[in-house]
Amino acid sequence: MAAIETEKQRGRYAALAIAAVVIVLGIPLWWKTTETYRAWLPFSQINELDSLQLQLSVEVEVVLSRGTLSPEQQKKVPLSQTREQEHQIDAKTVLRYRYETKYRTATIMEEDALNQPSAQEADLSLHMLSESACGSVVVYIIPETSTLLPADVKVYVGQRRTALLRAALFEGTAGLKEVLSTLEPQVKQVVDTMSFSHQDILAALSDRIRVGQVSKESLADSMRAIKSSPGYEITFSLLNPDPKSHSLHWDIEGAVNSYIQPLLDKLNPIANFSVDSQILYYAVLGVNPRFDNSVSAYTLNADSLAHVINPVEARLGSNAASSNPVLNFLLYVPDAQHSPLFIRDHSKREIPSNAFHSPRWGGIMVYNVNDMYGPEAEFPVDINISMSKVMGVFLAQLRLMLGVQKTQPPPGFVLQSAGSEGLADWELDRLMWSRSVENIATASTTITSLAQLLDQISNIVINDNIAQQVSSAVTSLQAAVAELEAGNLAFALQYSREAILASERAFFDPSLLHLLYFPDDQKFAIYIPLFLPMCVPIVLSLLKIANEIRQRRADKLAKKD
Amino acid sequence: DWKSNLLTSTQFFNSGHTNNWAVLVCTSRFWFNYRHVANVLSVYRSVKRLGIPDSHIVLMLADDMACNHRNPKPATVFSHKNMELNVYGDDVEVDYRGYEVTVENFLRVLTGRLPPSTPRSKRLLSDDRSNILIYLTGHGGNGFLKFQDSEEISNVELADAFEQMWQKRRYNELLFIIDTCQGASMYERFYSPNIMALASSQVGEDSLSHQPDLAIGVHLMDRYTFYLLEFLEDIHPASQANMNDLFKVCPKSQCVSTPGHRTDLFLRDPRSVLITDFFGSVRKVEITREAVNLTSAAEQPSEPLSYVDQLPVAEIIHQKPKQKDWHPPDGFILGLWTLILLVFFKTYGIKHLKHIF
Repeated sequence: MAAIETEKQRGRYAALAIAAVVIVLGIPLWWKTTETYRAWLPFSQINELDSLQLQLSVEVEVVLSRGTLSPEQQKKVPLSQTREQEHQIDAKTVLRYRYETKYRTATIMEEDALNQPSAQEADLSLHMLSESACGSVVVYIIPETSTLLPADVKVYVGQRRTALLRAALFEGTAGLKEVLSTLEPQVKQVVDTMSFSHQDILAALSDRIRVGQVSKESLADSMRAIKSSPGYEITFSLLNPDPKSHSLHWDIEGAVNSYIQPLLDKLNPIANFSVDSQILYYAVLGVNPRFDNSVSAYTLNADSLAHVINPVEARLGSNAASSNPVLNFLLYVPDAQHSPLFIRDHSKREIPSNAFHSPRWGGIMVYNVNDMYGPEAEFPVDINISMSKVMGVFLAQLRLMLGVQKTQPPPGFVLQSAGSEGLADWELDRLMWSRSVENIATASTTITSLAQLLDQISNIVINDNIAQQVSSAVTSLQAAVAELEAGNLAFALQYSREAILASERAFFDPSLLHLLYFPDDQKFAIYIPLFLPMCVPIVLSLLKIANEIRQRRADKLAKKD
Repeated sequence: DWKSNLLTSTQFFNSGHTNNWAVLVCTSRFWFNYRHVANVLSVYRSVKRLGIPDSHIVLMLADDMACNHRNPKPATVFSHKNMELNVYGDDVEVDYRGYEVTVENFLRVLTGRLPPSTPRSKRLLSDDRSNILIYLTGHGGNGFLKFQDSEEISNVELADAFEQMWQKRRYNELLFIIDTCQGASMYERFYSPNIMALASSQVGEDSLSHQPDLAIGVHLMDRYTFYLLEFLEDIHPASQANMNDLFKVCPKSQCVSTPGHRTDLFLRDPRSVLITDFFGSVRKVEITREAVNLTSAAEQPSEPLSYVDQLPVAEIIHQKPKQKDWHPPDGFILGLWTLILLVFFKTYGIKHLKHIF
């Protein structure tokens, strides 16, 4: 009996020991080994980024030339003013604009420069005197009677960051403050055109905010311009549907180097560009042009232009190695049968450039060569394409596609055309403002939605490199916002570019794929066959031990009584 | 003047999209699932015909029916037993084929989380102004779609993938069409805005196939997609047909199952949504009014590039086809002769070998 008793005791101890091992060792081990590795992310900082509070600071310098102020008023100058405007867009977005205006009188050298016969020359001489910082605007006020600008022109915007504003200021006893307050709205109009207006910033934030708040022109501009991306690919294609008649030569390399490359070099802070070219033979437009007897030429009307692009696009090659957005510029030389070919707009008028473009895709230009040879020429005719004319059109389309050119300026403004660089400094500043804001908005949305996703789905593995990218994106974002506040536009753009690169890399990392959706019944189906056979004997033996203890207690109680 | 340069507001702001993409997936393999490949190829054909280029289509076919050993008419995939429409066509471009069609790859394409080595043709490079058409077909059930007979994608995963696309603004509007059994269960869980969904059958119903072909030996196409193809063949790029017409495709009398649709997440009224907003690629076009005035810079006479052995293009297309090279006889012939020789020597003995050598 005693042996059985010891056996039973040993059995009880064995069962208890096994249960102890399972609970003390087994359960923590199982928990640890089925845990997913999640590196630490700065969730609190990311939550702060969710509400976007941007302050954009612009430095404006207003130079009053001789003849605009009376001597008493001149004594109080130089002075500086700061004006702030706050806009609450929605619950999470607040925009603050800060204009720091410095008023001063013109120096003697500047007066000499302003004495030039025409506005263009004045602009050139003013440039040689000083260099203004990126993002700032300098406005020269010239008296009403000045002959520098033609009669109907009030403002002349130059190639750099200067503008000439002709203003009628009070003579006589008006104080300086009143004079400056009448000047303020005109200066603000110039600054809005040259740096950014509220509508431009709203359009750059169009992902975050409801559409209804943005004006139609700004929305059209933002739909036309290609989205901010770290790099772009530009492809020039020559379409020759009739190689038997025309043997075309175009010096694309030289043309790109002389006309397009300066623009792309200037846009270097914004994005990287790669340019390539191709020639396509036997490529036809998908639409049949109609012969118009009145001009004895073939015409394509504006409604059929939309169907031209698709058949051609199927044949265009592109660089398979990069995922950057592509801008296509096509030069189509019509075949001898259908020459000359002209494009007509909606009101049936001829278009001087003979070209059209499609938002976010590129442009097509039709180049007629039928006047370069007579009917007795020997086919195929060697034709050299005049690249300056072609590149003029492509450059204009490229400026539209990149978002450089916006809708028309206010009346009375004259904008100096860009010249050899293809881009005026203030146009670059404008693009930099809207790109910085767009980048910051996109990067913060990406980071916050990534953090939300990782928070929600507890099964996704977060590797160290993702955590590092996220941290670097957060620091770059904070730096970009700080630089915008301080008014350093170039640094703000650079930080915003780094932020967007890091956030995109983190968000689109291939390891973040969530394929671990387990509904509850599947979880049971996996664990029950593993754990149930093991747990049943343990639980039953524990129950048996508990029953025996209870029985013994009951016996003891019964014995006592 | 600049006002006429801006497109008429109806065109520009009506749909808000500037480009179109299509992701077409067939998830079934094996010869008897011929109809699923035919389904996808017929949608592919319509979408290409209406203008979406191959660079904007991600086509995933889990098996190759056109060049299958059991196909009595190789290099063709037909939609109807009349054999009048070969939906395989001449220029099909399959991006994911065979075993590459997995749930993981499908979700990677949608969310954009592809390894950096993936080429452009295998990526969905859409932006916030893209309208995307997603078409899935195969065998499905209540809340899942079977991939390759070995794994499945659930409706929750699909809804989460769409939400991630929305978070990153990878689409402007999405049209989701699914042709499987109990297809309506797959769009039940969507919660992202701007999604419109159509399915060929409700929960609890089976989607049926159209008709078998005795020569090919399998069912050629599913009913819903067959009538969808018929409907799309009448659409041309300038057509004004809208989504309400698409909802009427294949009523219960033709389809036996009840097609369903879901539009509550979509912002616009389906009546104002054109079919070509998703199936075609109608570009918005503006006239270029201005040109930059460039003075032709001193054009240095650069060396004309010369290519080696360059034929004028007009002559290239008249070249005669190359002579076919001689190939040694096929394995079958060799095996047959070996068999004959072995049988001969076995029967008559090895001593006859000296007669041969």
